[in-house]
Amino acid sequence: MTDMALPKISVRGLRKSFGRNRVLDNLDIDCATGESLVIIGGSGTGKSVLVKCILGLLQPEAGSIRIDGVETTGLRRAARESLMQKFGMLFQGSALFDSLRVWENVAFGLIQGRGMERKEAEKIALAKLAAVGLGPEVGELRPAELSGGMQKRVALARAIAAEPEIIFFDEPTTGLDPIMGDVINDLIVKSVREVGATAVSITHDMASARKIADRIAMLHGGRIVWIGSATEIDCSGNPYVDQFINGRADGPIQMQIRAA
Amino acid sequence: MLTFLATIGAAFLAFLAATGRLVMFAGLSLATAFSPPIYPRAILREMVNIGYFSLPVVGLTAIFTGMVLALQSYTGFSRFAAEGAVATVVVLSVTRELGPVITGLMVAGRVGAAMAAEIGTMRVTDQIDALTTLSTDPLRYLVLPRLLAGLITLPMLVLVADIIGVFGGYLVGVYRLGFNPEAYLNRTQQYLETNDVVSGLVKAAVFGFVIALMGCYHGYYSRGGAQGVGQATTHAVVSASVLILVLNYLITAAFFGR
Repeated sequence: MTDMALPKISVRGLRKSFGRNRVLDNLDIDCATGESLVIIGGSGTGKSVLVKCILGLLQPEAGSIRIDGVETTGLRRAARESLMQKFGMLFQGSALFDSLRVWENVAFGLIQGRGMERKEAEKIALAKLAAVGLGPEVGELRPAELSGGMQKRVALARAIAAEPEIIFFDEPTTGLDPIMGDVINDLIVKSVREVGATAVSITHDMASARKIADRIAMLHGGRIVWIGSATEIDCSGNPYVDQFINGRADGPIQMQIRAA
Repeated sequence: MLTFLATIGAAFLAFLAATGRLVMFAGLSLATAFSPPIYPRAILREMVNIGYFSLPVVGLTAIFTGMVLALQSYTGFSRFAAEGAVATVVVLSVTRELGPVITGLMVAGRVGAAMAAEIGTMRVTDQIDALTTLSTDPLRYLVLPRLLAGLITLPMLVLVADIIGVFGGYLVGVYRLGFNPEAYLNRTQQYLETNDVVSGLVKAAVFGFVIALMGCYHGYYSRGGAQGVGQATTHAVVSASVLILVLNYLITAAFFGR
């Protein structure tokens, strides 16, 4: 159900450097409404930087980022806060608030961001926790009392709690065992479908990418070097993609390994 | 020679840039107070943290400071047969200087470090970015409540420290040095003016703001994992302590300088 006539997210000519290191270099990419786009690439290629630029957490040096056709670079603080209501984000390390209970973490965006009553927000939070397979007793715990897999589920529940239009997943399965990784992948697919959201995920876990993606884009050298449907990735004919998905050390992607 | 001048110039420019960043940070944080939402629960929580939980350490420091002051003043003044001035010296020193400065330094060590560590950890674990993605301004939610709590709570804490400090002096004066209790209390009140207490409370408010500002600022911009958080904590305490001493002189000069 994708509509590329007006992409949900449209990025053009995006540039971002850290010191002399240019991480994103005239990057272009579109994501259609309702699409699940997965961006793959090696460590340090700028996948997280791209997502943080789209979210407005980092300021790009040049380029355009449009959400629903509206330019979002250089938005003022109040307009940015309002735009954020369209977004949900699952962080790589879950980024749960240590000082709050689990249900308060899930309900945070509803209470603080949207001014919802705590009682009502708690009901929604418990429903979202149930949707990711966690009972109400978990809601009373602190994040530090949960395992890594449970923390990821809570973070997923928080990302979908306000039923955002666009959900970002940053390395959703990193650090999890393969079974828990697959559970999280299933939950992502189910949650995104239920909410009817557009999803942008970044990962270097190919099993995860194949499971959750409608389209996959490969980021290398600050640009998208290949983009296509998830079913085409094994016959992409792109040497970067072939090397990456087969996990070969030899190929056009050279890892920078320096002798100590 | 040119390299030497360039080094000084670069250091001066870096200082100006850091000062500018700090002023911008404080300004942007305070600006959030003029539009909703305000988080009263967060302000209250920080007030309890800064005020209530600092009471034991501040009280202990204040009572011993008052006691030592009485003892030292007596030892010194007895050389000039001016022992009668002990009560006055104790009350003026405590209310004008020692109450606010010692409380400020204690709170900088206890609360400033904790603020930098907490916010710094939130920074390096993406919790601050998470706040932003949940439509919550981190400056409004994390920084403003701490700044306001510091500004409001430290004067209260200093008032308590003043009372305990003067009481410490009274204990030594009456029970160790043999002053008449009534005479000691009379001398305590006789030369104490409203301005003495007010100047101390103004200092306390400024110190409270500075402690919270340095804790939040260094935590907010911490980088590089546990080591970065550790550095932020150190910088928060050192910079707040130095600023307390510098500002103490400037406020004293403003109130009592000629």
